[in-house]
Parts: sequence; structure tokens; C-alpha cells
Amino acid sequence: MHLIVRLLVQRVALGLLLLLAVSAVIFLGVEALPGDTAQAILGQSATPQALANLREKLGLNEPPLTRYFAWLGGILTGDLGKALTNGADIAQSIGQRLGNTLFLAGCAAAIAVPLAIILGLIAARYAGRWPDKVISGITLSTVSLPEFVAAYFVIYLLTQLIPVFQPVAMVFPGMGFWAKLHAVALPVIVLVLVVLAHMMRMTRAAILNVMQSAYIETAELKGLSPMAVVWRHAFPNAIAPVVSVVMLNLAYLVVGVVVVEVVFGYNALGQYLVDHVTKRDLPVVQAVGLIFAAVYIFLNMAADIIGILANPRLRHPK
Amino acid sequence: MRIPISALIGLVLTGGFLFIAVFAHLIAPYPIDAPVGGVWEGPSAQFWLGTDTIGRDILSRLIYGAQITIFVALASSVLAFSLGAFLGFLAAVKGGWIDQLLSRAVDLVMAIPALIVALVLLSVLPLNLTVLILVIGVLDSTRVFRLSRAVAADIAVMEYVEAARLRGEKGGWVIFREILPNALSPLVAEFGLRFIFAVLFISTLSFLGLGVQPPLADWGGMVKENKDGLIYGKSAALLPAGAIAALAISVNLVADWILTRTSSLKGGRGG
Amino acid sequence: MADDLLLDIKGLVIEATAYPPGEPPKEVTLVHGVDLQLQRGRVLGLIGESGAGKSTIGLSAMSYGRGGVRLTGGTIRLNGRDIRTAPPAALRALRGREVTYVSQSAAASFNPAKRLMEQVIETSLSHGLMGRAEAEARAVALFRKLGLPSPETIGRRYPHQVSGGQLQRVMTAMALCPKPDLVIFDEPTTALDVTTQIDVLAAIKEAIRDTQVAALYITHDLAVVAQVADDIMVLRHGRMVELGTTDQVINAPREDYTRALVSVRSLEHAEKPPAPPVLSIQNVTARYRGTNFDVLKNVSLDLPAGQTLAVVGESGSGKSTLARAITGLLPPRSGRITFAGRTLSNDMAGRSRDDLREIQMIYQMADTAMNPRQTVGTIIGRPLELYFGLKGAERDRRVQELLDQIEMGKGFAARYPAELSGGQKQRVCIARALAAKPKLIICDEVTSALDPLVADGILKLLLNLQAESQVAYLFITHDLATVRAISDKIAVMFKGAVVRYGQKSDVLAPPFDDYTDLLLSSVPEMELGWLERVIAHRRMVGAGN
Repeated sequence: MHLIVRLLVQRVALGLLLLLAVSAVIFLGVEALPGDTAQAILGQSATPQALANLREKLGLNEPPLTRYFAWLGGILTGDLGKALTNGADIAQSIGQRLGNTLFLAGCAAAIAVPLAIILGLIAARYAGRWPDKVISGITLSTVSLPEFVAAYFVIYLLTQLIPVFQPVAMVFPGMGFWAKLHAVALPVIVLVLVVLAHMMRMTRAAILNVMQSAYIETAELKGLSPMAVVWRHAFPNAIAPVVSVVMLNLAYLVVGVVVVEVVFGYNALGQYLVDHVTKRDLPVVQAVGLIFAAVYIFLNMAADIIGILANPRLRHPK
Repeated sequence: MRIPISALIGLVLTGGFLFIAVFAHLIAPYPIDAPVGGVWEGPSAQFWLGTDTIGRDILSRLIYGAQITIFVALASSVLAFSLGAFLGFLAAVKGGWIDQLLSRAVDLVMAIPALIVALVLLSVLPLNLTVLILVIGVLDSTRVFRLSRAVAADIAVMEYVEAARLRGEKGGWVIFREILPNALSPLVAEFGLRFIFAVLFISTLSFLGLGVQPPLADWGGMVKENKDGLIYGKSAALLPAGAIAALAISVNLVADWILTRTSSLKGGRGG
Repeated sequence: MADDLLLDIKGLVIEATAYPPGEPPKEVTLVHGVDLQLQRGRVLGLIGESGAGKSTIGLSAMSYGRGGVRLTGGTIRLNGRDIRTAPPAALRALRGREVTYVSQSAAASFNPAKRLMEQVIETSLSHGLMGRAEAEARAVALFRKLGLPSPETIGRRYPHQVSGGQLQRVMTAMALCPKPDLVIFDEPTTALDVTTQIDVLAAIKEAIRDTQVAALYITHDLAVVAQVADDIMVLRHGRMVELGTTDQVINAPREDYTRALVSVRSLEHAEKPPAPPVLSIQNVTARYRGTNFDVLKNVSLDLPAGQTLAVVGESGSGKSTLARAITGLLPPRSGRITFAGRTLSNDMAGRSRDDLREIQMIYQMADTAMNPRQTVGTIIGRPLELYFGLKGAERDRRVQELLDQIEMGKGFAARYPAELSGGQKQRVCIARALAAKPKLIICDEVTSALDPLVADGILKLLLNLQAESQVAYLFITHDLATVRAISDKIAVMFKGAVVRYGQKSDVLAPPFDDYTDLLLSSVPEMELGWLERVIAHRRMVGAGN
């Protein structure tokens, strides 16, 4: 088989294996911890008889491995079980919220990715000079901010000092696209701020790394215009590292989104997860945790795959 | 040697925060959990930074919050560090199945965002400081493991280590005299970064209501308590938020300085 | 003749900012007012040791300063106009058109994501010199002239798909394609194996002659430059030492420094008579874990006590692997190694402390062979402590004795490796080996990273130490001049096997086997016309077959 195909198949298989292992950790690992689902539902004052009945009803007396495979089978067929707290169907609850989360993250990515790449290019182009120092200085301070801290600074600035936005982000079914967009403006700004710094710094580093290669000097000594040097010689080699930077940071966005949703009371997957962690509703936490993990693993895998595809040594073997 | 101005600022601020954390009970003008004034009063001579959502002195709570935040962060980063560095060095020096086992386990944990893992764990585990420190420390140790394994593996293939082995040196000399002195600087800088990570992590968990529980409060918890005030123009939530940012940035400045010193010692520039 | 003056550099001053570790940055002057003239169609060799400023001066002919280097004074006139202060647009117009550049490492200098042909004809197209078809035809003609295999199709390959020697030729074709007035060759053959170097050198020389281009040929190897240059300029510490025709500089150098450079590597060492071996390698075969071919194939060698066995070969010959097998780092799959009358355990772990003590090793890169966090005193003192239990004042005294032995004197014990020069570092490594009072020292390319004069000093030191202490050397090298200088016996290795082995006088005397003949005849000699003679000889032999 062609080398590159083999590498790609390997990488995808590894991703799936990882996902399987993660699902096992989320289910079996959590089972192994002290804590009892039946107790969690009925509270500390429950009678032993009531606990035993509930355990029987929930199938908690089955061996963990059996329940794990039942759970896994359910997930593969779209059945995520029912929430302990209100008995709602988890898959149904997730459906709408997943859309909202993806909308928020998608908006943030649509702004952050091009902005980070442009800023990274400028910083790399003027490395060590004032545009680089200004950009790097600002991003260095935002790197140290957790999402919720950045969020409240932005809220204070844009709802109190310059009141242009609402401090909550409500979206509901049937809302028009533009109305939705306006509603998520603030959380999107926060997410962009948080993810921009990392993405821009890594882009800058990736481009500088390419610009310091001997073949860039060769291109300069050929008397090519700076544009031609960047476009014909730096760019083709920088795509892979930059795309992989972008993918890794989108994965980072997955985490940021959880906190930002809570800050803005945005009714989506992250908020749903945190709510049910507080309520100790394990089936929901496991299902949503697995979804976040799957997205994260998928993005990391995509970064690797693009890296493989962009490598001329692999595309054109000897 | 000259210390750059940014590192100096970082050192002074970090030192200041540590001082406040250690002597919190001597410095704080009011107790941590006693309503002493009206709700959301503005700064005054009596309450320098005003009062919070139920009339507690914000300055006092910030000072005690520094203690809790820094204590939890320090404890979990020390745990992360000892665990991660020990296992990382072990994996690098021993190699073979020990390395494989540890590395794959770490790959697995790092395949999921730390916050998600923490949320899943905290949905089952009881919420107290010990559990928080353990969860943050163990999750964070994976990064320390990767770094120390990589650093040690880089050094272990150097010819001076080979020369020591050829000389017949025992494992102790090789690890403590040949490898460790050369790995120390990057690890010290990494400790700073891990500490920041732990500060941000515990703050975020507390903000989500899954960290330090009331009436105790760390800075993240204080943001949560006072966040609703923002809508009415009360900026109480911004003070703890600012404190988190200030601590993170000042430690970052110090770590940055240590990192650049390390690379210039290695002859990274103009060598 | 004024019309023929292509390049006219006067009073060139070049400066840079240095970043010494742990100190504030400081300004250093790399080139102090050098004058240089080059006529059209002539080849000028720039020669000197590292730090002489030869590459920096060479690149100034394109008004280019590498990595923050600044051309701060003097004039650089190319085709009659001063280019030192020319604006970027004017520089772009002349770079790649009037002057082109061939670097030491073609492998790094080609864009890995583009086909070779694209890169070779790029300048011709971007400067509007010719159309694509014409440029490609010219490139193919140059590929053919430079002796590249399948010149019609090699341009379709990517850089990683051709060998290092071939890439160096493709880079020469790339430099010649836009019909420049001047080509700067910056150590174009230094990174190549000696048998590859001679072909590339011959190809470059022929291409220069046929295209009538002028060239600056930069190298540290006087024997190489003697083959291609019309004139030679000797540089040292950024100043000109001597300028003359190649014949004059080689055969009648005026300056002491030039004389030293010319006579370097003429060290000769009288061969000692055969004697019973201290080290005996019998039928050793070895392979790396996880691979399925032998890197050492049935190697048998003897090394008499107090003598030197040189192991010669090119990269991939297995000569360094042999060292790893002897030290037990790579346990042989089969075969036996006896040392000082006892059979050594194949694996290092099974050897006694005396086995370890009596075989010491010195590496090519002294930099990585010493712990940067230990002082010279600790580095040399540790074997004394470990093997002989020396402590305190007694240890310090012995360290100083060893420092005296390597001619370094007082005050060095407290220093760190970073504070030493390249030659001093290698001397400290020698002292560390001597401290163990070994019977055998394995020297793995110990002089190849050093400038020739410094390397000569190390070789002399090693010979003196051998005379004093009767230590045997297993001397691994790719450099035949070094072999002549130091060895009593020689083993020539090729693809993991010993192809020729014996006393020095026998190995270096005809009749030769094919590989040894190729290897020996490929080593550049410091005489005019050597290259032509060897190439002619090879063609004759080739035709005869």
C-alpha cells in the first residue's frame, strides 16, 4: 500500500482506539470512584430498601463491564439514556444544545482563525520590531487570563462603560440568523480574545521557523520580491504547521466554550454539562463528556492528518 | 547579572502575593465571613474596596482568598511536579515497558481536555480541598511528565552521559550529577507555568461552583458571588478577577525570564 | 583592462552583534577593511580557518549580511556601481541575475515542497531573462554538463528524492542557469564524502570553464581550492594575510601563516614494527536493534600495545559502529573481543571496572562530550575519584598534572567547558581519558570538527602522549591525511566490512583493491593539476574496462 495511505489509516485507527479508551475511562473509571448513583438520586436520607429497589431498577447490580457495553451500544445507536434528575431523554436534550454550542464556537472560530493568522503573519514579518512587540505584548497578557475573567472584563467594558450589548446571551428556536448573531456577540468576543493569543503566538512561531530555513535565504539571494519569497517558498511549507496550530487551538476552544456558556447563561452543551455535574447526574455528565472528548480527539487527529498530507517527503516518497 | 525590568516587576508582585497569602490573618482588617456593612457599598475609608453581595468586606475576603487560591494552587502544582517529574525521569532513564506504559497512560489522559476530565470526576467525588488538590495535581502531572521525560531523554543521549556510563558510573550519579543539573532550569520555569495553570484551574472550578465551597472563598468563587452585581454597574466581581490576572501575569513574567536565561545559558543565541 | 574588472571591493568593514551567554550583547567587527578585485571570468579562492570572515566577505558580493551581519564600511563595486548602499529593489535586480550563490548544504537550501526544475529556472523567469521552454532546455543542458543522471527527468524530482552529491550539482546548475557574471561557491563540497567530493569538484570546475563565469570559491581546504582557483586570498580574523596566484600561494607562500596552512597535514609518523596485540577483534558481526541488516560484517582486527590502528571509511562504512561494539554499547551478535589477554563480555553491563577503565573514548564533538554544568576540574577529576579513590588536594594535584600534560597550564580547573576554545575542549577530553590510565583510547573522528592547524596540534599531542605512556589508539577517521600522520596500522572499511588491512606501509602501497584505490586517489593533494590527472586517469581506466 502507498506509504501515505497507510499512515492515514493508522492515524484514523489510532483516533478511534483512543476514543474507545476514553469512553472506557469515562464510564468504568468513574464507576471505580467512591460514590453511588442510587444514593445520589435519593439523597442521604434514603432507606436501604428504597436504595436497593432503585439499584435493581437502574440495573446497577449488573457487573460494570456488562453495563459499559450496554452503554456503549446505546451511544452507537443514538440512545444516551435518561437523566437521573428529571428523567428527560438525554439525546433529545443534547440535540438542540449541541447546535447552539457549535454555532457559538463556529462564530468564534470564523473570526479568530483569520485574525490570528493575519496577526501572526504581521508579527512574524516584523519580528523584533514594534508591530511584533505590540502584538506580542497584548497577547502575552491575555494568555494569562482564564475565560471567565476575560469575560467579566469584556462585560463590564461593553455593557457598563460603553453600553452596546446585553450581558446575557439568549438564543431560542425560531430566532432569525442575524438576531442570533447579535445575541452571541459578547460571548464570541470573549472566546476570540481567549483563543486568539495562543493561536497567534503559535502561528508566529511556526512562520518564523519556516522563515529561518536555509531555502528562504536561497530565495532571497535569488532576488525574488518579498511577496514571492513568502508566497512561493514560505507559504507552501508553513501551511501544515499553521493548520495544525489552528486545529489544536480549536480543540482548546472546546474547553473555553464550557465556561463562557456558563458566564452568559447561554443555553447550550457546556452549561448543560456544568449544571448536571452540580446535580451529580452521572449519565448526562458521561454522555456530554464523551461528546466533548470526541470533538477534541477529532480536531487533534485532523491536525495530524493535515500534517501528513502536507509533508512532501511523504507525498512523494523516494 | 542584570535582571530585566519585566522580571523584576514579576518578582516583586509574586513576592507580594506570597506575603499576603502567608500573613492573611494578620493583614486582613475584617474576618473572612462576617457581614460588616451594607450590600455592595462603594469603596470608603472603612471598607477600602467596598463590600460584597451580602455586605462582607471585599479587601478582607480578597486577602483570605489569596491564601486559599495560592495554597490550593501551590499544593497541586507541587503534587503535579513531584509526580510528573519523578515518573518522567523514570520513563526516560529506564525506557522499555515502564516508559511505554506511563507514556500511553499519559496520552490517554491528555486526549481529553483537563477541564472535562475534572468535571466528570467532580460529578462523583465529594467536593473538598483535598479532592480538588488531588484532581488538579494528578491532571496537571501529565504535562510535567511529558516535559521532564523529553528533557531527560534529550540529555540521556548526550555523549557526556554515554561517557559516564562507559566509565562505569552507577544510576544515581548519572541521574543526579549528569542529567538533573542540566534539566533543572527548564523544569524550574515549567514549575511557574504549572502554578499559573493550577491558579487558573482552581479559579475556573470555583467559578463554576465546583471548587472551593462557601463560606470559604477563593478568588474564582468571589467572582461567582458578585457577578450579578455587574449588571447593576457594581464592579465588585472585577476585583478578584483582576487579582487572578495579576497573579498569573506576574508569575508568567518570572517564568519567562527563567526560560530565556536557560536558553541563553545553553548557547541558544549566537552560541 | 578596467572594463574587465567585475567586482571591486575597497576597505570593506563588516560588523555584527554578538550575544555571549550571560553577558549583555556587544558589537564585534568581523571584517576589518579588506580589499578584493575580481576580473571577469577569473576564479578567486577565499581561504581561511573558521572565523576568518571568508563566507561573510563572499556574501558581501551580493551585498547580503547573514543573520544580522551588517556591511558597515567601504565600497563594493559590482559591474561599476556601488552595491553596499544600494536600495533593496536594486539589490533584488542584481541578486540571482548578476550574482548567484551555491551553499554548503544544498539539502537545506532547496525548498522541500517544490520540484527541482521549478527552483532551478525560477530566477531566469522572475528576472525575465528567458521563457520557460528556453530556461528548461538550458537547465537540462546544465544538468547534463554537470554529470547528473537522467538529466531530462531529474528536474521533476523533489529535493529529498536525490542524493547529497547530486543536489550540490543541481544547486550549481541553479546558480549557472540565469547566466550570471559571478557565482559565489560557499564550501560547496565540504559536506560530501571524499569520493563524492572529487566528482562534484570536477563538475563544478568544468562548468565554470565552459560558461566563462567568474567565481569566488570559499573553502577551508587549500588542496581543494588549488584545483579550481586562478588566484587565492588567504584570510585570518577578518583581515587579508596574503594574495597571489594559486601557484605562488601553494608553492612559494610569503607569509608564515600561509606556510603553516600549506604544510598542515604533512605530519608524518614513522611506523612501528608489528607486535603482539593488546586488542584483538575476531569475526565481529553487529546490527542495531530493530533492523535486519548487519552494520558490521565479520570484522577481525588486531591492535598492538602502544601503537595506533587507524580505521578509515566514509559515512555509512560502519567505522563508528565498530567503536560502539568494542565499548560494549552495541553488543556484537557474534564474534569475540579480547583485550589485554582476557575476553571481554560483549555487553558493557558484564564488564569489570578495570575493563571499563582501561578502554577510554574520545568523541568528535567535545562540546557534547562534556557536561556543561561541570568544571574542567570535576570532569578530569571524576575518573581519578572513581577509579583510584583520589580526593581533595591529592586529586587537585593530579588534575593539574594532567592539565600540564595536555599543555594547558594553570587556572583551567575552575573553568566551565563553555569558556574554552574548540581545541582546548578536545584537550580536556583527552585529559579525562588519560586520567583513567587506560591501555587503549578509542578516538572517534577527534579532529574532524577542528580547524586544520588546531587539529594538527591535537595529533601532535596524541603522538607525544603515546610515546610517554605507551597507550594504544584506535583512531577512527574519514581523513586520509590524518591516517598518514598518526597510524602504524590501517584498516579500510566499506559498507560494514574491512576491505583492506595491514601495516601502514603495506596498505598505502599498490597494488590496491578498487575501493581503496578510489578512496586514496580521491583525497585532494596540494598541487596544481591534480584534479585533471586523477579524472584523466579514471577515464582511462574506465575505458580500459
